[in-house]
Amino acid sequence: MEGLTLSDAEQKYYSDLFSYCDIESTKKVAANGRVLELFRAAQLPNDVVLQIMELCGATRLGYFGRSQFYIALKLVAVAQSGFPLRVESINTVKDLPLPRFVASKNEQESRHAASYSSDSENQGSYSGVIPPPPGRGQAKKGSVSHDTVQPRTSTDQQEPASPVVSPQQSPPNSPHTWRKHSRHPSGGNSERPLAGPGPFWSPFGEAQSGSAAADAVWSGHSPPPPPPQETWVSFADTPPTSTLLTMHPASVQDQTTVRTVASATTANEIRRQSSSYDDPWKITDEQRQYYVNQFKTIQPDLNGFIPGSAAKEFFTKSKLPILELSHIWELSDFDKDGALTLDEFCAAFHLVVARKNGYDLPEKLPESLMPKLIDLEDSADVGDQPGEVGYSGSPAEAPPSKSPSMPSLNQTWPELNQSSEDTAIVHPVPIRMTPSKIHMQEMELKRTGSDHTNPTSPLLVKPSDLSEESKINSSVKFASGNTVDGYSSSDSFTSDPEQIGNNVTHQRSHSGTSPDNTAPPPPPPRPQPSHSRSSSLDMNRTFAVTTGQQQAGVVAHPPAVPPRPQPSQAPGPVVHRPVDADGLITHTSTSPQQIPEQPNFADFSQFEVFAASNVNEEQDDEAEKHPEVLPVEKASDSASSLRVAKTDSKIEEKTAASVPANVSKGTTPLAPPPKPVRRRLKSEDELKPEVDEHTQKTGVLAAVLASQPSIPRSVGKDKKAIQASIRRNKETNTVLARLNSELQQQLKDVLEERISLEVQLEQLRPFSHL
Amino acid sequence: MAVCVAVIAKENYPLYIRSSPTENELKFHYMVHTSLDVVDEKISAMGKALVDQRELYLGLLYPTEDHKVYPSYLLCRYGYVTNSKVKFVMVVDSSNTALRDNEIRSMFRKLHSSYTDVMCNPFYNPGDRIQSRAFDSMVTSMMVQVC
Repeated sequence: MEGLTLSDAEQKYYSDLFSYCDIESTKKVAANGRVLELFRAAQLPNDVVLQIMELCGATRLGYFGRSQFYIALKLVAVAQSGFPLRVESINTVKDLPLPRFVASKNEQESRHAASYSSDSENQGSYSGVIPPPPGRGQAKKGSVSHDTVQPRTSTDQQEPASPVVSPQQSPPNSPHTWRKHSRHPSGGNSERPLAGPGPFWSPFGEAQSGSAAADAVWSGHSPPPPPPQETWVSFADTPPTSTLLTMHPASVQDQTTVRTVASATTANEIRRQSSSYDDPWKITDEQRQYYVNQFKTIQPDLNGFIPGSAAKEFFTKSKLPILELSHIWELSDFDKDGALTLDEFCAAFHLVVARKNGYDLPEKLPESLMPKLIDLEDSADVGDQPGEVGYSGSPAEAPPSKSPSMPSLNQTWPELNQSSEDTAIVHPVPIRMTPSKIHMQEMELKRTGSDHTNPTSPLLVKPSDLSEESKINSSVKFASGNTVDGYSSSDSFTSDPEQIGNNVTHQRSHSGTSPDNTAPPPPPPRPQPSHSRSSSLDMNRTFAVTTGQQQAGVVAHPPAVPPRPQPSQAPGPVVHRPVDADGLITHTSTSPQQIPEQPNFADFSQFEVFAASNVNEEQDDEAEKHPEVLPVEKASDSASSLRVAKTDSKIEEKTAASVPANVSKGTTPLAPPPKPVRRRLKSEDELKPEVDEHTQKTGVLAAVLASQPSIPRSVGKDKKAIQASIRRNKETNTVLARLNSELQQQLKDVLEERISLEVQLEQLRPFSHL
Repeated sequence: MAVCVAVIAKENYPLYIRSSPTENELKFHYMVHTSLDVVDEKISAMGKALVDQRELYLGLLYPTEDHKVYPSYLLCRYGYVTNSKVKFVMVVDSSNTALRDNEIRSMFRKLHSSYTDVMCNPFYNPGDRIQSRAFDSMVTSMMVQVC
C-alpha cells in the first residue's frame, strides 16, 4: 500500500477505530461488518464508500488489515472534507480533519450522552469506541481537536452527543458538525465553550484561519475545560495577559499533544477522563499554571493571601457584572476571611473563566474547586484528583446548566405538562349531567363527523380529553381557555356523576376542584373515580346510541344522577339556549332525567328559582369556596351550556318540541342546590335576561339544533353542515366567553366580599385572643 | 418560622427585606418599619454600646399582633442590633409553634454570620442592597414555607 503518514492524533484515532472494529481481536483484520458499519456512519454516499474500499485495497485483499483500515479512514476523512478520492490524496491532503462518523450506533450515542450527562458512566464503557471529537461544539469555534486524546480516554463527556469526530473542523465544516451537535444540544453547547484553546477562538472567529490552528491544536490538545481557554482569550484585558493567554493554550496544547501521543498512559487517560467528567469545573494543569502566574502578579508569596480589594480590582477586569463577581467571591472564599489564598484564587479565576464562556455559576462551589482538594495535590496531579472528585460531584454542579440540564429540563417539561393535565383531569369532577350529555353528543358528532377516536376517551380520560374533544369539534371551545376547558371538562365529568346521582357532592367537589386551575388544587375530587366509571358507562351508552333516539336515551342515563342545578335548570346560557333549548326540550321530552342534565344551561333558570332559597347556601358557599365555586360554577355553566347545546343539537334531531325545555327548566332547578346557588350569583344577572330570551330563542335553538344534528348524522361529510356547525360553535364560544368573563367578574366581587368579611372576622377575633 | 426577615442599615434604610407570604409584603414592611422605633428606643436605653452578644439581642419588640387578613398569625417581632448599628428585625409567626427565645437567638446569630460573610465580599459595597445568593438561601431556610 502506499505509504501513509498519519499525524499523531490521527494515529491515535485510527488505532482506536481499528480496535473498535477489531471485534475478533485479531489485531490485524478489522471485521468487515464493523468496518462497513463505520463507513456508513461516516455518512458518505455508497459509491464513495465503495471507492474508498477499493482504494485502500480491502477489496483486493478481501479484508481490512490495519493498513487498509487506516487508509480507508484517511480516505473517509478526505471524502468528508470534500476532496476527490485519490490514492495520492491520503498523503497530500494536509491538515485533514479526522473522519467523522455519525454515531449511528446506539451504544455510542448512549455512551456519549451518558458520558456527557452522568460523567461517570461512559468512560469505562466507552473505551476504544470511536472517540467523539470533543471539539464538536468546538468545531464551531475551531476548537476541537482535543479529542483525539479524549477518545482514548473514552471520556467524551464533552461530546456526549455522538461519536462524530468533528475535530477541528474548520469553520467551513463547523456547520456540519454543528448539525451533529445539535443532535445533542446539551452536549454541543457545553462542548462549545470547552472547545478550544484560547488562541483558537480568535482565529476561529476569522473563519478559515481557525481551521489550521484548530487542526494543529486538535491533534494534541487535551480537552481541558474549555472555558478556561476561552476565558483566557476573553479575559485578556491587558495585552500582556492576552499574549500570555494566547501563548498558553498553544503551549499547553503542544504539551498535551505530546502527552497524548507519547504517553497514552493511564495517568493521562485518567486525567483526561477526569477532566472530561469534570468538564468546566476542573482546572487543568495548564490552567492552574496560568492561575498561579496570575496570583503571583498580585501576591508574590504563593502561601500568602490576596486581599479583597486587590482581588476585586483584578476580577473587575474581567468585565463581569458586579453581582456575578460577588457571587463568585462567595463561592470561592472558602474560609470567608475576605482574602484569597492561592487555591481560592484559582477557584475564583476558574469560575470567572467559566462564566465568561457562558457557563452559569453554580450555587455551590464545585468539588473540584474546593481549596482543600486542590491543596492535596501538587500541580501535576491537580488535574487528576480534582477531576476524579469532580466527576463524582461535579456532574451535579457541572455547568451543564447548558447541556446536562437541558435534557433534564426537557424531561421535566413533559412531566409538568402531564401533571398539569392530571390536575386538569382531577379538577373536572363530573358534576352535571348536562355536560355529559352534551359531551356525548359531542362525541357523537366527533365520531361521525370528525376524527376523534375514542368517544369514551373523553369521558374516561377526563378533562383533557373532554377539552380536546370539544376543541376539536370546535363546539366545545370554551372561551376562557384553560380554566374554561378545565371547567368544561369538569362539567362533562359532572354530568357523569350526576347520572350516577352524586350530584351535590360531585358538584361541590367539582367546584372545589375546578378552581384549581386558578387556585391551589384541592384534593382530587373523590367523585372522579366514580365519574370515570359513570362516564365510561355513559360513554358506552352514548356510543351504543348512535342514532338520535338512542342518543336521547343515552343522554337519559347521565342525567339520572345529577340533580345538579345546572342540568336541571332550563337552558340558560345564551348560546346554548338556542341549542340547548331544543336539546333540553328533547331531553325533557325524552326523559325527565335528560332534562336535568341538559339544563346546565338551564342553570340560570335554576338559579333564579334558587335565588331565594339558595341565598343562604350561596353565602355559605361563598365563604367557603368562594373563588373556587364561582369559577367552577361559571365553568360548569359555560361547559354545561356548551354541552347542552351539543346534546341538544343531537336531541333536536330526535325531538322537536321546544316546549319541553321550559318544562325541564322547571324540573331541574331543584336538583343541585349548591351549584345553583353559586351560579345564581353570576348567573342571576345573566339568567334573568337569558331566561327571558330563552323562549324566544327556543325557536332559534330548534333551528340550530336541527342543523347541528345533521352534521353528526351526515358524518361531517356535508361541508356546509360542518361549517354551519362550526359557526354555531363559534357563536357558542363567544357567548360562553362572555359568560365566563361575566362570571369572573362576579367571582371577583364575591371574593372582595369575602375578604371584607374576613377582615371583619379578624377584627372581631383579637378580642377572643385577649 | 420566620415570616419576614429584614436587615436595616445604620441609617434605617433596608438592606434586605424579605417576607414569605408575598401577598402581605407591604404589611410586613410597615411592621418592620414601626419596630425600628422600638429598636431605637431600646438602643438608646442601653446607653453605651455593649459588645456582649446578648446585648445585641433585643428580644420581643412588640406585643403580638394579628394579621388583618386571613390566616391570623400570632406575630412577634424580634430585634437584634450589631455593633455597627445594623439592625435585624424578624417577624415570626408563633401561632403554629412557639419559638423559644434560644431559637430566636440562634436565628439571629445565623443572620449575623451570613451578614458578615456578605460584608467580607469585596464586591459588596456597604449600603447596597444585599443580593447575595448565599444570604438568600440562608434566609429562605429560616422562613416559613407557605404554600
